[in-house]
Amino acid sequence: MNLTLYVWRQKDAKDSGGFEKYTDECKDISEHMSFLELLDVVNERLIEKGKMPIAFDSDCREGICGTCSMVINGRPHGPWKKTTACQLHMRAFKDGDVIYIEPWRAKSFPVLQDLMVDRKALDDIVQAGGYISTNCGSAPDANSVQIGKEIADAAMDAAACIGCGACVAACPNASAMLFTAAKISHMNTLPQGKPEAGKRTLDMVNAMDQAGFGNCSNHLECEAACPKDIKATVIAEMNRAYAKASLTKR
Amino acid sequence: MNLDAKIPEGPIAEKWENAKFSYKLVNPANKRKFDIIIVGSGLAGGSAAATLAELGYNVACFCYQDSPRRAHSIAAQGGINAAKNYQGDGDSVYRLFYDTVKGGDYRSREANVYRLAQVSRNIIDQATAMGVPFAREYGGTLANRSFGGAQVSRTFYARGQTGQQLLLGVYAGLSRQIKAGKVTMFTRHEMLEMVTHEGRAAGIVTRDMVSGKIESHAGHSVIMASGGYGNTFYLSTNAMGCNVTASYRAYKKGAGFANPCYTQIHPTCIPVSGEYQSKLTLMSESLRNDGRIWVPKNKEDCKKKPEQIPEEDRDYYLERKYPAFGNLVPRDVASRNAKLMCDEGRGVGATGFGVYLDFSDAIQRLGKKLVEERYGNLFEMYERITGDDPYSTPMKIYPAVHYTMGGLWVDYNLQSTVPGLFVLGEANFSDHGANRLGASALMQGLADGYFVIPYTLGNYLGSEKPEKISTDHAVFKEAEKSCKDRIEKLLAIDGKRTVDSFHKELGLIMWEHCGMARNESGLKKALELIPALREEFWSDVRVPGSGANLNQSLEKAGRVADFLEFGEIMCRDALTRDESCGGHFREEHQTEEGEAKRVDEKFSHAAVWEYKGEGNEPTRHEEPMTFEHVKFSSRSYK
Repeated sequence: MNLTLYVWRQKDAKDSGGFEKYTDECKDISEHMSFLELLDVVNERLIEKGKMPIAFDSDCREGICGTCSMVINGRPHGPWKKTTACQLHMRAFKDGDVIYIEPWRAKSFPVLQDLMVDRKALDDIVQAGGYISTNCGSAPDANSVQIGKEIADAAMDAAACIGCGACVAACPNASAMLFTAAKISHMNTLPQGKPEAGKRTLDMVNAMDQAGFGNCSNHLECEAACPKDIKATVIAEMNRAYAKASLTKR
Repeated sequence: MNLDAKIPEGPIAEKWENAKFSYKLVNPANKRKFDIIIVGSGLAGGSAAATLAELGYNVACFCYQDSPRRAHSIAAQGGINAAKNYQGDGDSVYRLFYDTVKGGDYRSREANVYRLAQVSRNIIDQATAMGVPFAREYGGTLANRSFGGAQVSRTFYARGQTGQQLLLGVYAGLSRQIKAGKVTMFTRHEMLEMVTHEGRAAGIVTRDMVSGKIESHAGHSVIMASGGYGNTFYLSTNAMGCNVTASYRAYKKGAGFANPCYTQIHPTCIPVSGEYQSKLTLMSESLRNDGRIWVPKNKEDCKKKPEQIPEEDRDYYLERKYPAFGNLVPRDVASRNAKLMCDEGRGVGATGFGVYLDFSDAIQRLGKKLVEERYGNLFEMYERITGDDPYSTPMKIYPAVHYTMGGLWVDYNLQSTVPGLFVLGEANFSDHGANRLGASALMQGLADGYFVIPYTLGNYLGSEKPEKISTDHAVFKEAEKSCKDRIEKLLAIDGKRTVDSFHKELGLIMWEHCGMARNESGLKKALELIPALREEFWSDVRVPGSGANLNQSLEKAGRVADFLEFGEIMCRDALTRDESCGGHFREEHQTEEGEAKRVDEKFSHAAVWEYKGEGNEPTRHEEPMTFEHVKFSSRSYK
């Protein structure tokens, strides 16, 4: 198939950036390619012409590392539900389509180059409390605390987050609530995470605010965009945990 | 080259205890005086960074990804082995040890493997304490599944995302130490050079991949946990960024490289669909429990739809050749046979390099619902990638490069031949011999990082008392200059071919001649082709842009330049290892039925390569592998 791409090109964080149109470079595209392989092909053709290739992040290309991050026709990770950009395939498009590709858009995710952004703010949130404070060597036998299957499954549902930031990119407020709440829910649900649950919730929410992410106004775009199907109910859990922790803080 | 493995005294079950007692300790107040550099933030590097920081050392940790949470350990699906014997089915430390040595086809070091099996139990406790949501039974205890190469259920798992959950556990602990100021994390930094001073590891030189800045980092010790070299083949199940540069730079500074020819080819991956293919996706091995593998009996049928090929014209070749194990033969046997069928011209799919994995019998026998329960998410993933629905038409699969058992040589203390340089996880060579069992990679990475290096590093620092040199020292300045010169050289070539085109060509050479089956003439041919390709690379590659900012083509060019040298060492090792063992199959050494044949009297050793300078052939050394507990036998799956 032949396509027309409008790709966001931006030299570095200071550059104002803008869309560039590509047509010659996107001819004869196979429907079996992944979306990122389309960009690989375009890049090979750009380099052959002596131009700079499009910079974009990707690593595992199997939907688990959370590195790839691009808005495709207005939707983070593109048109397929529960699918990262690396697993989106060109069957989703047809000959003659026009595709717009942009980086994640959020104040807390400054653009580094073209489609690459800096997501350090997400690491900062986890560093504020997204852990259980146990030193290596002091763990009791793993079966010494029984954890019901339902509890373990609920924790796993939340822990499936890949930290890609699509929820932030999808949110009109650029809120990181779904990301933060998923981590809090994962840890607070498990018995091992209970002792620090209150402090963790307060610290992570504060870190999220400090990083400049917006608030939640219940659009639920985050849930729709999440490639791992994290449910927005974790946000309600987080809000409840936050209220409780604020009131019982010592 | 000194290859003293420093195996501790005593019976095998007491060696690790004896070693720990004999190790020198570093007083808690003195630990903060030591600076440790760690390259890599996956299961091995990340767990080492967090644990050493908890002990009080100052750690600087480097990764090329934008966050330590994205290291490729994250992609492991199946699970992690541990000799917990929670199922009461006869598992024990000794049995895990035994299975691992045998599965590695008698090419690993017994003492190391025994320790691995011992600490495997602590890993599950530690990961659980860190909040890893392992699968549970309704009663609340941990669940297990069985895996290839074992007759007990010892594999712990978190759905199909065990690697992800273990890595997030490691990342959580690491994040806590970053917050505490004990770990300084350098993301989007790539190690380009290792620095030694008076024969010891003194630090590294990195490139900040955003600003392009070349920086030196000095430490009292350097820990390498930079993963495997599967991407030498271009196409593999590794992540796009996985590379051999860190290990290779260490090799060039005197670290011996052991068994580079040992690569593991995983039998169930989605086949290549075209030239644009950038990576291969693994489909869990568990599919072979219920799927039947076949190809058409007649070449003429290969282009037909599978539904049009009647039952009597199908060749269920694994069931035919290995009636006892059928579709459940080990990874290397399944892979080799798929290749054999395709080489005979009976492969299926657009490229002819694929075999069918058919679930129609299973659906008939178990019902669609049960098949969906067992494999639903895998079927969904397959359909997303290929557009085919495995419920109604057979899957197409083909083997792909998955893991590398070779790596930098280390002694029992995980120290390389360069004092002060330690190597953990897939980057070292020690525990898996010539073939790794499923669910053992996660175990080894975490064993090294959580439970081995915290002791052995202390012994090095406590007994050798290494000095840290300043980054102003001439050795750092020289290393920085050589990095800068190399970058400028790459940018100045301004030839006609892209970096990827060279990488793909190298991958094809490696796959053809140093892949699933190797022979003398093919390897000799590869040893001619690779240097020629390397020469062309250095005269005709085109790397656009500059080194002074983010430049992905430049990053790739540096890595491919190293793959182009390293591929040659892999072939050289494969050529000199004139036997078949585990993942290394030399066509000259097979039984009449086409099974791998070891030559124990000549090759029961690790081959360790020593760099001898530009343009000179590396020297091959041997560390003998002796087996006091697990007796030699040949594997049979008939």
